[in-house]
Amino acid sequence: MPITYTSGEQIEVYRFSIPVTVGVPLLALFLQAFLPRRLTFLSYLDLPLLVTIFFAMARRNPISGLFTGAAIGLVQDMLGPYPIGIYGIAKTVVGYGASSLGAKLDVENAGARLLVTLGFYLVHAAVYFTVARGMVNLTLNWSWSRGILAGFANAVVGVLLYFVLDKFKQRT
Amino acid sequence: MESVLGRYRNLTILVGVLFLQVLGLAVQVKRSADAEHTRLIRVWAVNLITPFERGLVWAQNGSSNLWHNYFFLRGVRAENRQLKEQIEQMRLEQVRLSEDAIQAHRLQSLLAFKEQFIAKTVAAQVIGTSGMDLSRSIYIDKGDNAGLKPDMAVITVGGIVGKVWIVYPSTSLVLMINDQSSGVGAMTEKSRLQGVVRGTPNGELILDRVMSDETVAPGETLLSSGGDRIFPKGLPVGRVSKVSPGREMFLNVQVKPAADLSRVEEVLVVTEKQERQPVAESGATVRAADILAQRLPSVPEKPPAVARTAVPGGATGHGPGTVAKPQGNGAGKPPAVAGTAGTSPKTTTGVAVPAGRNVAGPGGMNGISIEEQPATSGDALKAVVQKTGAGDSAPSGGAATPRANSAKPNAAANSTSKPANPPAKPATAQPNVTSPPANPQPPATEDSPH
Repeated sequence: MPITYTSGEQIEVYRFSIPVTVGVPLLALFLQAFLPRRLTFLSYLDLPLLVTIFFAMARRNPISGLFTGAAIGLVQDMLGPYPIGIYGIAKTVVGYGASSLGAKLDVENAGARLLVTLGFYLVHAAVYFTVARGMVNLTLNWSWSRGILAGFANAVVGVLLYFVLDKFKQRT
Repeated sequence: MESVLGRYRNLTILVGVLFLQVLGLAVQVKRSADAEHTRLIRVWAVNLITPFERGLVWAQNGSSNLWHNYFFLRGVRAENRQLKEQIEQMRLEQVRLSEDAIQAHRLQSLLAFKEQFIAKTVAAQVIGTSGMDLSRSIYIDKGDNAGLKPDMAVITVGGIVGKVWIVYPSTSLVLMINDQSSGVGAMTEKSRLQGVVRGTPNGELILDRVMSDETVAPGETLLSSGGDRIFPKGLPVGRVSKVSPGREMFLNVQVKPAADLSRVEEVLVVTEKQERQPVAESGATVRAADILAQRLPSVPEKPPAVARTAVPGGATGHGPGTVAKPQGNGAGKPPAVAGTAGTSPKTTTGVAVPAGRNVAGPGGMNGISIEEQPATSGDALKAVVQKTGAGDSAPSGGAATPRANSAKPNAAANSTSKPANPPAKPATAQPNVTSPPANPQPPATEDSPH
């Protein structure tokens, strides 16, 4: 039974086996690339982002979180048409933020996870658009309706996904 | 200093990692817009993901084929019959369209127009997406090895899909037209109003830069204008779904894509285009008369009945047995009417149907209703023949309706002026004109527009 105290001394930190550490992000990237062609509504999801948030919150280590986010984001950039680094920067920020938050708050229950995921989805989108428009000069427009809808969809799927991924946690 | 860095170690590393990525981005942006300098790492990433995608697509197709080709054959026979009927109808439609195209080409050649033609295409299968929820791009299973290059047009039978963006050895990334960063030069089919079709954040299409004083009707078809030098002119882009006032002086024109972009599975990549002057051909290779002639043997001979069906036409001044109304075919050319109808000697010509679509306007096959073609070919012709009576009874005294009469005046001339291309069956070529036209019209001349 994991201890989910928010006290800095009693906080539970988890680790993951190497196959899970490498395989889950790769699987998320693969599914993100493969599934939306078959199930269109899945294009609203950002599975790599959910995996980034999960690992960051579980490890509760900001450095580990930011590197996880950077790695996943950069691979995602490599698969896309835009310059490499836009998703990398956005997910680095999210990884750092989620792990910092996980170190301070109880993020083990479903309600907290829902809100945290929704919040970080919006943070991710904000950083992404800032970089894409400000640095790379991409002509992207933000849609609030899509953003909010996608945020909630990611939050709900994220809560379910986290419960599945909880099975792979190992106590340190 | 060390103590400060140690105290803010996490933050320092975050800033460092972000700085490195920003630096990398800046280098990419400064060098060029293309992805050539990041090609190697992109190839690694793509090679990491796409083999699994290919495998899954292959397995999916295999199981799907097994199901559809062996287990799920119920209804195939009926579908086959339906498709055959469709082919018959489309062949007739093709004749009309080819005649129109020939005419257009002739006019274009007169005006020395240059046109882009799709010379070569490569078929490819969609295997995945870029994995970005904000980008509309797909991976296809053909790349450099198949001769693909960036900026090649990607299309389907339905319409435009996008353009090749990044090419890898065995795969390519295609930027779809509903991506926010893509743009297609488009024009409306009827009013020829030009604009740029762009994607929106929601993955929809809009026709951009249309002034508010222009008129764009919902339902109007958009075609590629060719102005972007990527998509050949005239390919279907979409259909206007909604028009509303937009920002400033522009209209907000929403477009429904012609190709189903969310479900596209197979695409064609235009690998070669030719720009040449259209060559006016001397005539159609297949005529509607020939097509009908092929269908003749299945027609039961019912001459008296046919003649009787024409009786109502007696009101127009023709007695029973009057089976031909040459002027009803627009130009009033008896041989043309008989020849194009191509029916048996005792049947009739002038196969116009009052409400029908004029299938072969310039091809000399006026007034054949596609919509009213019955199920089988034998029945089809029977019905066509029987409908002749209705055509004969047109108040104008002609065999065809006003719509049929509105056919191009060269319609009859087309068939009369082509002795080298007679109907396939000699019997059908015999005109059976039994009465002169009630309202003789001047014959179409050879120099009339074709």
